[in-house]
Amino acid sequence: MLKINNLRVSVGDKPILKGLTLDVPAGEVHAVMGPNGAGKSTLGYALSGRPGYEASEGSVSWNGDDLLALDPAERAAKGVFLSFQYPLEIPGVPAMTFIRTALNAQKRARGEDEVSAPAFLKLVKAASQSLKMDFDMLKRPLNVGFSGGEKKRMEILQMALLEPSLLILDETDSGLDIDALRIVADGVNAMRSPERSMLVITHYQRLLDYIKPDRVHVLVGGRIVASGGPELAHQLEAEGYDQFLPEAA
Amino acid sequence: MAAVQETIDAVAALEKYEHGFTSDIEQEFAPKGLNADIVRFISEKKCEPEWMLEWRLAAFERWQAMEEPTWASVKYEPIDYQDLYYYAAPKEKDGPKSLDEVDPELLAVYAKLGIPLKEQEVLAGVQGAPRVAVDAVFDSVSVVTTFKAELAKVGVIFMPISEALREHPELVRQYLGSVVPVSDNYFSALNSAVFSDGSFVYIPPGVRCPMELSTYFRINASQTGQFERTLIIADKGSYVSYLEGCTAPMRDENQLHAAVVEIIALDDAEVKYSTVQNWYPGDAEGKGGIYNFVTKRADCRGDRSKVSWTQVETGSAITWKYPSCLLKGEESSGEFYSIAITNGRQQADTGTKMVHLGKNSRSRIIAKAVSAGRSDSTYRGLVSVHPKATGVRNFTQCDSLLIGKECGSHTVPYIEARNGSAQLEHEATTTRLSEDQLFYAQQRGLSEEEAVALLVNGFVRDVLQELPMEFAVEAQKLVAISLEGSVG
Repeated sequence: MLKINNLRVSVGDKPILKGLTLDVPAGEVHAVMGPNGAGKSTLGYALSGRPGYEASEGSVSWNGDDLLALDPAERAAKGVFLSFQYPLEIPGVPAMTFIRTALNAQKRARGEDEVSAPAFLKLVKAASQSLKMDFDMLKRPLNVGFSGGEKKRMEILQMALLEPSLLILDETDSGLDIDALRIVADGVNAMRSPERSMLVITHYQRLLDYIKPDRVHVLVGGRIVASGGPELAHQLEAEGYDQFLPEAA
Repeated sequence: MAAVQETIDAVAALEKYEHGFTSDIEQEFAPKGLNADIVRFISEKKCEPEWMLEWRLAAFERWQAMEEPTWASVKYEPIDYQDLYYYAAPKEKDGPKSLDEVDPELLAVYAKLGIPLKEQEVLAGVQGAPRVAVDAVFDSVSVVTTFKAELAKVGVIFMPISEALREHPELVRQYLGSVVPVSDNYFSALNSAVFSDGSFVYIPPGVRCPMELSTYFRINASQTGQFERTLIIADKGSYVSYLEGCTAPMRDENQLHAAVVEIIALDDAEVKYSTVQNWYPGDAEGKGGIYNFVTKRADCRGDRSKVSWTQVETGSAITWKYPSCLLKGEESSGEFYSIAITNGRQQADTGTKMVHLGKNSRSRIIAKAVSAGRSDSTYRGLVSVHPKATGVRNFTQCDSLLIGKECGSHTVPYIEARNGSAQLEHEATTTRLSEDQLFYAQQRGLSEEEAVALLVNGFVRDVLQELPMEFAVEAQKLVAISLEGSVG
């Protein structure tokens, strides 16, 4: 279970998260929705340990571990996965090499056996098929020259292979056409399980038609200002965020 | 070459074969300093023909009249050439008495490369360690015999140059100094006067050398030490791939290394020369590191001849090195693929010269520099096109990657095109290791060091791919080890 309590994060001198509190029980999918600049991406970075997004106050625990005390790689080994809004290009490193290196680094950190090259190849083939990805893409340098949609699919593929337990999806629907969106959502839904928690960060309700959340939270001005069931997403889609903005309050 | 499992056994076996193997490496040495008598002593020790002695003496004379070059972008204390040994320095009395006295950083690297203790002693120059070259340590007698037989079958000559001077004097005399003239530069003149040993390779016409020739397999290769001399001749239509170096950082009591490598490629011949250089770079402050001042040049004198230099330079305190190609033959081609990694206080000024003299000659330069710590790296390259050389093409790409804020990287390309038909392309980039990329890799579970290693290996991949497979795998590991502690 993910427990975020009174999380405060400044980027540079600017306070972005101003006391964010949120729980995601194991097996649940929670959506965090909010207008631009509300702190959605900052939340993803703070949870995954990006330098420059350190908490000045508050706590984050994941299955009892104090996440804030860990470096990004240690968090990853504990199961934290952030699907980037803008995945990075890694020149000269074939996607397959990248993912296998990452998987084995995580396994080493957890004291597990590494995956052999042939065994990994099988896993990759299966995973790329279910995401309808051309296997040859995995031999190319990671994300270099990939379209926005291909990059997002590559994120989900990495997720499927790394098998994280805390999935944070940052604007995963951006840049996806409707077919790609369906494939990506299927990939995410296939990972739903009683042990996993998911945090789906999104501006639009559209993604939530495909990835059905158990709870929806509204993030405005660095705080969760409202929480509810899936119907809250539809309400936001219809009415916008205005009612939650400070001016409206 | 990095360690192999059998090394402990091999070393033990060598010690047993004391009379058969190490006895002819008895210490006999000339006093410190350099004069004509020392040059005579060296020549006599090696039972060289008279002409060789004359050649050395002439070189010595030239050297005395020359000045040490200062144009390279490297800084070091003046070298006292009269304070060096030029022939088999005596057993190092002040060498470390045991591994306990060796720089712990160096030992950590050995441990990571998986080098057995006995061999670490050899590499680190511990007193009482077997006086055999690392090359020989890896050898086993049977391996040497087998490959010698196989090479002899096709007529390939591969032996120490001192031996070649006795067994094939006509070949050595014809080609020695024909690519790098005695007076080419300060260090090549010095090398010509006092070189101790090195490799000699001759590939007969039409022969494709059946194996990769490596200093790894050279027998009794010790004492090639600081002034190594290599001569490779690829006769018409032949092919050879030659590997030089060692991924293990080797300590040497000789701070100055000034090797000369000459390659001659006749019509339709192809030579691939790969180097992994990882001499001791010195401690954190750069003290005790090797000065590596090397002259490497290939003469593509035959039509359609081809020479390809690939180098991975991670060691030495100072590197001064420009493997070059004289493209004399029509449609001859020269390639230079380089990875230069500097960390700590290292300085590297390296690059290539492609001199286009033949019509339709081609060259390709891919240089990747990675600088970290407080190191400084310069790519210095010359592409020159002779007035009569029509249809010349060159492609040059220089990429620099900076890690941290205290390192430096410079690109100094010289282009001289005296023929209007030449097509010369030059691309250069300088980038800083991206924090975004680093975080992305870390988020997927890589530690900071693993992430740096992965990103840097990606950066140098184009060049790594030019290395023979086994070398490439080791070089990849070496890239990671060289950059440890470079971030954070």
